[in-house]
Parts: sequence; structure tokens; C-alpha cells
Amino acid sequence: MATGLRSGSLTMRGDRFVSPERLTAPDGQVRAPALAVRGLTKRFGDRVAFEDVSFEIGYGEVFGFLGPNGAGKTTTVRTLGTLIAPSSGSATVAGIPLTPENGVEIRRKIAIMPESPGLYLRLSVTENLACFADLYETPDPKDRIDRALRAVNLADRARDACGALSKGLRQRVALARALLSDPEVLFLDEPTSGLDPVAARDVHELIIALRESGVTIFLTTHRLEEAERLCDRVAILNTTLRRIGRPDELRDQLFARTLTIRTLAPISSPDRVFAGLDAVDGWHPGGPATYILAVSEPAAAAPAVTRALVAAGADVLSIAESHHTLEDVYLELIDSDEEASRR
Amino acid sequence: MSISTRRVRAIFRKELREYRRNRSLTVGMAIIPAIFCVQPLVNVFALGSSASGTLSHEHVLLYMLAIPALVPSFVAAYSVVGERQQGTLEPVLTTPIRREELLLGKALAALLPSVAVAYVVYGLFLACVELLALPAVASALIRPPDLLAQLFFTPLLAGWSIWVAILISTRSNDVRVAQQLASLASLPTIALTTLIALNAIPPSLMTALVAAAALLLLNRLGWRLASATFDRERLIAGTR
Repeated sequence: MATGLRSGSLTMRGDRFVSPERLTAPDGQVRAPALAVRGLTKRFGDRVAFEDVSFEIGYGEVFGFLGPNGAGKTTTVRTLGTLIAPSSGSATVAGIPLTPENGVEIRRKIAIMPESPGLYLRLSVTENLACFADLYETPDPKDRIDRALRAVNLADRARDACGALSKGLRQRVALARALLSDPEVLFLDEPTSGLDPVAARDVHELIIALRESGVTIFLTTHRLEEAERLCDRVAILNTTLRRIGRPDELRDQLFARTLTIRTLAPISSPDRVFAGLDAVDGWHPGGPATYILAVSEPAAAAPAVTRALVAAGADVLSIAESHHTLEDVYLELIDSDEEASRR
Repeated sequence: MSISTRRVRAIFRKELREYRRNRSLTVGMAIIPAIFCVQPLVNVFALGSSASGTLSHEHVLLYMLAIPALVPSFVAAYSVVGERQQGTLEPVLTTPIRREELLLGKALAALLPSVAVAYVVYGLFLACVELLALPAVASALIRPPDLLAQLFFTPLLAGWSIWVAILISTRSNDVRVAQQLASLASLPTIALTTLIALNAIPPSLMTALVAAAALLLLNRLGWRLASATFDRERLIAGTR
């Protein structure tokens, strides 16, 4: 399902892209999106937490929600999780309209893992999970707890008091707690915050496994490489939604595709070499013997550029397509916001 | 609105486990009534046989009803604001639990140890009086109607005290402030039981029935009021 979104075609729903298979139930019926948000706004008095946020997420999708501190990510999660009432706008969560009357019904179908694990430190891991299994009224709680503990590799620490666990292990208990209710939509607020690389990798693997089992995941994170690796689509929020799309789409939207060329020695007249090539839209120097070429089709441009360079007598060391990361996209957007706010 | 007994029981059990493992909380619960008993016991031991005539017209032991009014306020005031400060409230509120269920579970968990402490302290007090006071004084003090009043009014008074403390806890931003305010809020109840003990308000069966009905009503009202003031948004986001 996940790879379908990456490689398959996308369908338009309203003004947002959602993969068609995620809007189709096993019986072929078109199903409502797991999350549909329209013009959602939250204000605390005069302060705007987030404003006019709209997006849709299909079932089984991993959706990254990125933004700087204070951008409104956690408040968005809390609003969609019925902890906070929106000031305006509308949403459906797991197919249920977000209204105060539907709070209990929505919370039955979702789970939220807050940034801070919020465990009862005097209680054991099992006692913590047993309490929440009862709060979710899960059938056969013992079996469910065992499965959740196995999923996060904590079965051998079940009897330990949560206060005796490391931060990473507490985070895993919180994740196990979020899995108890078999949620349709799982909100993970900074799930790898403060974890070492190995513990973070374990969480990533769990997220991938959950996606494969069809759970919709709404992931807020500061780790951009995490979002790039795990998320089918990402949204960048800075009070308002700045961009939304697949990571590669965002890169293409913000950055021109370029070829970076390194030669043994500087070319005597690079303008003459590059200007005559149809595949090259423009160029600028990237160093003493380095040239950055703006191209629309790197695969078509590279052979033509190589031929032109050889014909000009240049010794080519390398030709490579420049790769922009999600971090470049994020920084471009957030930096431009900061510059705009300074003006 | 239907109340899920399983969710109420989950909170009740969790709270009791936490009380059991929180030594400062349990010691705090036991110390207050112990201090409360010392002065009356000293007074009782100092009484001569001649005092038994006066004592038989008073209901001095009803003074002990102040214990269920005072003890639970300490733990109940902690219940919401304490969880909020620990960061454990948010995960609970993300589950399907209703605020009425959450507060009922917390109230019942505060009620059980409070009533137990009140009964045990009362029992110890009676044992001390029976064993160490003069027989005439002991028989004048220990009378079946007072014992019945203690038995029935202990949970009712504790319940009312708990709802007031939870109400304060839902609106408070600091555990200590909540506990101090809750202790202050239990003073009118303590004043009332003292006035009855000193015969300023003459106790009678009718007074007892009216008071019991009023307390039952107040307990129900307290649950409703505490639930109505329980504002998820303020407790989670710290606003409003």
C-alpha cells in the first residue's frame, strides 16, 4: 500500500492529492479519508496557534507534519485528538466529524502518543498498560498487552516499574500504550525525541510495520531525515500550512534540477560551452573548477554536456545531479518565513 | 449518558496502586487524624467520674466526624492537578474516558482509604477510651447512636469533602495551593460537626436524616459540578 503511493498514480480529492487505493475499501467502496481537515484554525485569545489548515490523509498513509517550535504542530494533534476545540473550520477524524459530541467515538478509533510519555512511574509497565487497556475497553486485555509489548521489544521488562526505565524504554512503553486499542489513526508527536540512533531505528521499523498493516500515521517530527524516510507525504506548518506533498514533489517545486560538473582545471570560456546546449537552462560557477548547470531533464542533459566538455578539451572529473533533501526544502521555507517576518 | 464501570474501575485501581506506593501521601493521610486525636484523648483521660453526668447529655465523639471531612481533601486535591503536573493527564484524556468517569474513579479511590483511616482512627480512639478512661466516663462517651452516626456520616462527609477538593483540583495550577485551599474548604464542615458535638446544634434523628439527605444531594451535585468545571482544554493547554 505504501509503495503504491510512492510509485503509483495519484488522484485529486478537492485540492489535495490522496492515493486512490487509500480511498477504496476492500469491498471496492470509496471510503472517506482517514483525516480530512478544512480551514481548521485555533486561537488562544489573540494568539493564533494555527490558521486555515487544510489537508486530507488516506487510510494507511504516513503523513509527516513538520515545522519549527511553536508552529502549531502539537496543538493541531491535540485538536484532531479532541483534547482542544477548534476556533473555526471543520474536520473528520477516522470518518467521524470533529464535534464535541463525537469526542468519545473519535477517541475510540485513534491513539495519541504525546511527546512526553506521561507514564505512571510508580506502576509497572504491565500495570500502566492494563489501566489503558481498560480505558479503551479492549477485549482480552492480557493478550493485547503481550502483543503490544512484543511489538516494541519490551516483553522482558513487563514487571519493571516505569520509573526504573531509561528515557528510550519509557518512549517504547508509551508507543505500546498507543497500540493497545488497535487504532485506525495513530498520532505520534515527536516519537523519537531524545532517543539514541538504535532506539530511533526501532521506532522507525515499528512505524513501517504499522503502515504495512494499514494504520494511518500522523507523525510530527523535527527529524527531517526521519520524515523523508518514513512519510508518504509531508506538510510544513508555520502557523499556516506552507507546503504539502511528497518529499520529492516539494523538492521539485522549490529547487531547480541541477547538474554539478567538476573539471580538472577551469574551463577557459564556460559560457561558450554551456550556452549552446538546448538541455541547459543556465549555469553559474560553484567553485574554481566547478559549474552548476540548471537543467530540466538531468538524464538527457548529462550526455550532451559531457560531449560538449570533451569537445572543448576539458578533463571531466565528475558529473552528478545535485540532490536536495527535505531539510533543504524545510530550511528554504522556514528561512523565507523568518526573512518575511523581519521585513 | 452511560457510565462505563470498567473505565471507572481502571482509574480507581490505578489511583489505589499509586497511593499505596506513594509513602508521603499515605503518611500525610495518617498523620492528620493522629494529631487530631491526641488532644481529645488527653482531655478524656483527665476527666473524673463527676464529668460523666455532663458527658451523657453531649455528643462529644461526633467531633471525630471532622476526620473524614479533613483527611480526603489532602489526596483528592492532588488528583487532577497532580496528574497534570506529572504529565500523566494528557495520555488519559486521549482515551475514550468521559470526564464524569475519570472523576468518579478518582473520587472513589480517595474515598476508600479516607473512610478506612477514619474508621480505624475512630476504633483506636474508642479502644483507648474503653481501656484507659474511667469506666463511668467511657460509658458516658460511647453510646450506640453516636456510633451509628459515625458509621453512616463518615462516607457521606468524606464524599462531600472529596468533591470539593476535586473541584478545586480541576481549577488549580499548583498541587500545594490546591491542597491548602481544599483544607480550608473543609473547615465549615468541621465547624458544623464541632457545633453538633458541643450541643450548640442539638442532634436528633430528624437532624441526622435531614443532614444525610442533604449530604447525599451535595455529593451528587459535587460530582456534576466537578465534571462541569473539568475543562480538557484548560488542563492540557494551560489556557482559559
